[in-house]
Amino acid sequence: MNWLEDIGLAVAHFIEEMGRIMVFFIETLLWLFRPPLYLRNIFKQMEEIGVNSVGVVIIMASFTGMVLALQSYTGFKRFNAESLVGTVVALSMTRELGPVLTGLIVAGRAGASMAAELGTMRVTEQIDALATMATNPIKYLAVPRVIAGFIMLPLLTIISNMLGIFGGYLVGVKVLDANPVVYMRRSFDYLEMNDVFSGLFKAAIFGLIIAVISCYKGFYAAGGAEGVGKATTGAVVISMMLILISDYFLTAILF
Amino acid sequence: MIQVINLYKAFGNKKVLAGVNLEIKKGESMVVIGGSGSGKSVLIKHIIGLLKPDKGSIIIAGKDMAKLKGGDVDNLRKKFGMLFQGAALFDSLSVWENVGFALKQHTMLSDKEIRAVAGEKLKMVGLAGIEDMMPVDLSGGMRKRVGLARAIAMDPEILLYDEPTTGLDPIMADVINDLIIEMREKLKVTSVAITHDMVSAYKIADRIAMLYEGKIVEVGTPDEIKHTKNPLVKQFITGSAVGPIKVG
Ligand SMILES: Nc1ncnc2c1ncn2[C@@H]1O[C@H](COP(=O)(O)OP(=O)(O)OP(=O)(O)O)[C@@H](O)[C@H]1O
Ligand SMILES: [Mg+2]
Repeated sequence: MNWLEDIGLAVAHFIEEMGRIMVFFIETLLWLFRPPLYLRNIFKQMEEIGVNSVGVVIIMASFTGMVLALQSYTGFKRFNAESLVGTVVALSMTRELGPVLTGLIVAGRAGASMAAELGTMRVTEQIDALATMATNPIKYLAVPRVIAGFIMLPLLTIISNMLGIFGGYLVGVKVLDANPVVYMRRSFDYLEMNDVFSGLFKAAIFGLIIAVISCYKGFYAAGGAEGVGKATTGAVVISMMLILISDYFLTAILF
Repeated sequence: MIQVINLYKAFGNKKVLAGVNLEIKKGESMVVIGGSGSGKSVLIKHIIGLLKPDKGSIIIAGKDMAKLKGGDVDNLRKKFGMLFQGAALFDSLSVWENVGFALKQHTMLSDKEIRAVAGEKLKMVGLAGIEDMMPVDLSGGMRKRVGLARAIAMDPEILLYDEPTTGLDPIMADVINDLIIEMREKLKVTSVAITHDMVSAYKIADRIAMLYEGKIVEVGTPDEIKHTKNPLVKQFITGSAVGPIKVG
């Protein structure tokens, strides 16, 4: 019966951790609405999370759009619906792949570096030092990151969407010999504003998840360099899982 | 000024503080000595409210640090300056931004004025002209002195030093000793310093307290400590491996 006990313990730990994450999240929200707003920190984090992720996002999105075009062409040819390739690419990118893949990539890049930075600050007592100088660490460190995540993820997703559609267009027109004008029309004729906005809304939530989880993991890091490593891995794994899980429920409930 | 009353703290089932009582008078320089891992840093962190005790109180200027919340803690903390054992400089900020951090947060001074104050404090710790360096580029001893400059930046009423001279060469250690004495004489600060360095302890202390097994086992002036009959204290100050103190 040992394994049952192990599973029970693991579940209990997981629930306990989720509880502590909720408390941390609520605390962050409360500080969000209290002055002062550390604008300099917010801009720095927007650069860290957003600007510095543009490169990977561009590569990820263009290749996703390209492969999407190839794959859907192969499938749709079987029932003579090749002309819908552009539509499929545009819809899948804006509704689903743009926000989710961007979220996963940012979790791996910015989430990891956030958890590592804050974890190091924790184990070298920099977070304590902030507190001794009468500056609330959640306000000073976590709030700017959460704001930046919430704003930058939708912006990165817009870039993803455009490049994904463009990648699909390139493959459609240059490789699969589609008519450029028809391909473009097909891409946008069936695309509704709601498709785009629902994707951007999800992205904002993913940004929130990444920032809150990574800050939480960093703040509660313990045990030197090894602890920081664990916090970093934990931040990435938990953010990615929560992105995928919340993606399903957001899609099911809202759209 | 500071009264530590019956303080208890355990981490898990590891009891670190078990009934600490200590009174530090206004303007007094108290030095706490004790073995590695005896809980000296834990004690000093309770005084500034970074840790909450399991039991007991820490009365500072009439308020109990253990019971205050949020904004009240911050208001009380503005009276403090603290030097951390590992300096705890902010890696992402330059030296002058580190030293001037509290000024930036709590005063209306311009960056130029803050820089000037930071430069002045750096000169006091013997580090003039390094305003624009980053903490990663400093040696351990320099980091410690920048940490000290940061601690005194707001001219605090109370200074907490966690091992101010550890890791410094003997001459620089003495510069820091003189600085600590000067802070007390000129600015009338109340201070609590932790140290292993008995030379420094004798020099800067008005009184010395020894922490052992979670309690203060002896308090006295440097002279009284030097001539103590207490075998625990005797063993510690002479640095002997043989005696009543259990090692390891
Ligand atoms: N946040 C914490 N969580 C768990 N245990 C802790 C924590 N802080 C300190 N301890 C434990 O409390 C004990 C006392 O630690 P403390 O840092 O106060 O020692 P110290 O007297 O300052 O030693 P040193 O002279 O080596 O700095 C140690 O055994 C340490 O492992
Ligand atoms: Mg210590």
